[in-house]
Parts: sequence; C-alpha cells; structure tokens
Amino acid sequence: MMKNKKSKLQVRGLLRGIATVALGLGLTACASTGGHPKDPFEPLNRATFQFNEQADRFVIRPVAQVYDYVPLPVKTVVGNFFGNLGDVWIGVNNLLQGKVAEALSDGGRVLVNSTVGLFGVFDIATELGLEKHDEDLGQTLGVWGVGEGPFLVLPILGSSNFRDTLGLVGDLYADPVIQHKEVATRNSATGLRLVHKRSVLLGADTTAEQAALDKYSYMRSFYMQYRLNQVYDGSPPRVKDPDDEDARADEPAGPALAATGTTLPNLATKESQE
Amino acid sequence: MTKTLSLLAALALSLGVQFAAFANTIAPDALVKGVTDDVIAIVRQDKAIQSGDTRKAVELVETKVLPYFDFAHMTRLAVGKDWRQASPEQKAALTQEFKTLLVRTYSNALTQYRNQVIDFKPLKAKPEDTDVIVRTEVRQAGAKPVQIDYALDKQGDGWKVYDVMVAGVSLVTNYRDSFGQEVRAGGIDGLIKSLKDKNKQLETTVQAKK
Repeated sequence: MMKNKKSKLQVRGLLRGIATVALGLGLTACASTGGHPKDPFEPLNRATFQFNEQADRFVIRPVAQVYDYVPLPVKTVVGNFFGNLGDVWIGVNNLLQGKVAEALSDGGRVLVNSTVGLFGVFDIATELGLEKHDEDLGQTLGVWGVGEGPFLVLPILGSSNFRDTLGLVGDLYADPVIQHKEVATRNSATGLRLVHKRSVLLGADTTAEQAALDKYSYMRSFYMQYRLNQVYDGSPPRVKDPDDEDARADEPAGPALAATGTTLPNLATKESQE
Repeated sequence: MTKTLSLLAALALSLGVQFAAFANTIAPDALVKGVTDDVIAIVRQDKAIQSGDTRKAVELVETKVLPYFDFAHMTRLAVGKDWRQASPEQKAALTQEFKTLLVRTYSNALTQYRNQVIDFKPLKAKPEDTDVIVRTEVRQAGAKPVQIDYALDKQGDGWKVYDVMVAGVSLVTNYRDSFGQEVRAGGIDGLIKSLKDKNKQLETTVQAKK
C-alpha cells in the first residue's frame, strides 16, 4: 500500500519534471527568434550534440582508430557482410517507394551474395552490375510526402529529425542484427557494425572539424541537405536561390570577371596540347 | 583575281579566328573532366601529397583548380541575404577569407586519394543553357560510390564552378546558417573576423603538424 503510494508520487514527480522541461523548451523555442526555423529544440539538441562529441572523442573514435589497423580486405568483408544483411530491408523500402526494378535488383543482390558470395562475405552482385542502394524507412516516409519535422540530435546516433526518428524505430524492428535472439552475438555484432561505420568516416571528420565555424550548425545543415538528396535518390529539385539573384542584380560584375582573364589563355594552351 | 583571292583569304582567316574563339569555349563537362584528370594524374605521381603533405596539396589546387572557380559567386551564395548589406571592401575581404578556408580544408581531401575511379555522367543540358550541373561519381572498392556534383555558370565565353555538392551537400550553402549566426552576433565585420581567426588557427595547426 505504502509502496504503491510512493511509486505514484514518483510518477507524478516525473511527469511534473517532464512538463517543466517541455515548458522550458517551449519557452526557449519562442525566445530564440533568430534560430533556425526547423530547429525549435536547438538548446536541447546542442546539449546532446556536446555529449555525443565527448563520447566520440573519448570512446567511439579511439576504438574506430584501433579497428582501422585491421587489413583492408578484412574490413571489406565486414562491410560486405553487414551490407548483405541490410539489402533485404533496402529492397523492401524500394518496393514501398514503388521502385520495383530497384527492389528486384536488391533481391537479386541478396540471392547472389548469400550463395555465391558465401553468406555475404563477398559482394559478387556489384561485380555483376547490381548496384548497391541506400534506403531506409525515413526515406520511404519522405517519398510518401511526410514532412521531416523538427531537427533532432539523438544520443550517440547523432543527427535526425522527427520523421527519420520514427523511421529509425521501424528500421530497428526489421534489423536482423538488433532482432537477433542470442544476446551475446547481437551485442557484439551491433558493436562491430557501429565501429565499422565510424571507421569509414575517419578522415571526413577531420575535414568537417577544420571546415566548420560552428560544428553544430555545420552538421545540422549537412544532415538536412544529405537526407533531402537521399529522399530524391541523388537529384533533388533545384531551387534557384532567391538571395543569389537579388545579390547578383545589384552587384557590379567586377571582381568575378577580373579573375576570368587568367583562365582563357590556360584553356587555349590546353586545347593546342591535345 | 588577286582581289578575289585576298578576299577569300581574309574570309578564311576571320572564319578561322572565329572558330578558334569557339573552340576556346570548352563544354562544362569537358572542363570538369579535364581538370579532374589533370589533378589525379599529378596526385598519383606525388608521394608527398599521398603521405599527407597539405602544403603541396594546397599548391596543386591553387595552380590547377582555382582558375576555374568563381569565389565571389561562392561567397555570395554562402552569405545569402546579408551579402547585400556588405560594402565592396567587406565583400572583397569575405571572398578572400572564405576562399582561403575552402582551399585549406578541402585540399586535404586530395591527400586521401587512393586509386578511386571517377565516373563522369552524361551532361543533361541544352546548348543554350548558361547554368548547368556536371555529375560525377567516385567509385572505390568495397564501398558505395560517392556522388560529387559541380554547378557551373557561363561567364562571357568560359564556364566557372560556383558550387560543389558532395552526396548532395553543398560545400557552399552548408555555411549559410553559421554565417548568418555570425552576422547577427557581430555584423559583417564579425563574420570577417571569425573567418580570419579560423584561418589563422588552421595555419598554426598545419605548421604544428610539419
């Protein structure tokens, strides 16, 4: 009886806490008028981002760096194996998006790679001309017209948004690694896959670090453009920048053209050499 | 008779001149392919760049790539609507600093070149177009190909690159949010200062590595 009352109180306290946080977020969202329109939870997102940066710096990246010493052929096998497991769900998503030819190609990939490719160890299908695709439920929802919703930084997993987080839940339900019954195998496979994926990004992360004035907004903008490109399978609609046209109208063509002078002789000599 | 001949000669000459001028206008896809092939041929031979010599990579980019880029246009795109409120001097300073930042950071990518193959997709453009996208794909063993697209526009009779998109992400407009933040916090001069500081910091890390 007493225990029951206590847990009720705890729940009430928890709810009040959530309400306070939600209210606080709402207020900060309203207060930051200069913020990004698609990022109303920026303060929370920045905090999660900072946490992820630290986790990456002290744990994930060092582990990936050690893993990177593994010889390339072995890493290729790891990539191929997880890639083959993923191709099933990629095919399902292509089907959901109405891309039957692509879905069939994905099915063919799984068939070829699971047999001739020795359980996915070798990516024979790519050699045969069946190109690997990259699809997930978030993209499918996007193709169906679901808006991306507010930007969201997930702990450890990084940049996302409301739509892609929903998609991710579905992806995890369908993921053969996460759904694997035997806990030890599941955990080590999940860990290996994460480390492998992170190791692929070694190098690119340094570039991002060097390039960005503010890494958070750099990564946010990166994610938004990247996902839009994925939803449109590599050719998103081109919107001519209104700002660009405005700026061009009142600009003397001076500085841009001044540099042009040097290129013409270069091109001419290049022509004569060929 | 001689008059007709000289007339013909003059005609041939002027046609020839016009033809030469026409040939100077290399198609945008041929331009991108030519520059890419040139640069890769050099990187393949250069052990210093392959082993991570950023300074040499920057040098290569400055001589072989920069002439075909329009940094004023790139900077204008990156700054967005705030560009209009900048004075000509501020615009020049912004362009200079942004150029330095882009060249420093992305020249590094050349040091990571390891025999990837670059495919050039057929150009989808009409002859009268003055703004086109040249699509390429970088293929490497055991990984998905990476899409790299170049946006070019025609200026006079030459084409210039004004945007590069890697996996659909514009290296230029990706800066717009953070540039906007800087301008709101410290005006155009604040943005110039942040870029200068960033470049100085990069310069010292490059030197420290050496």
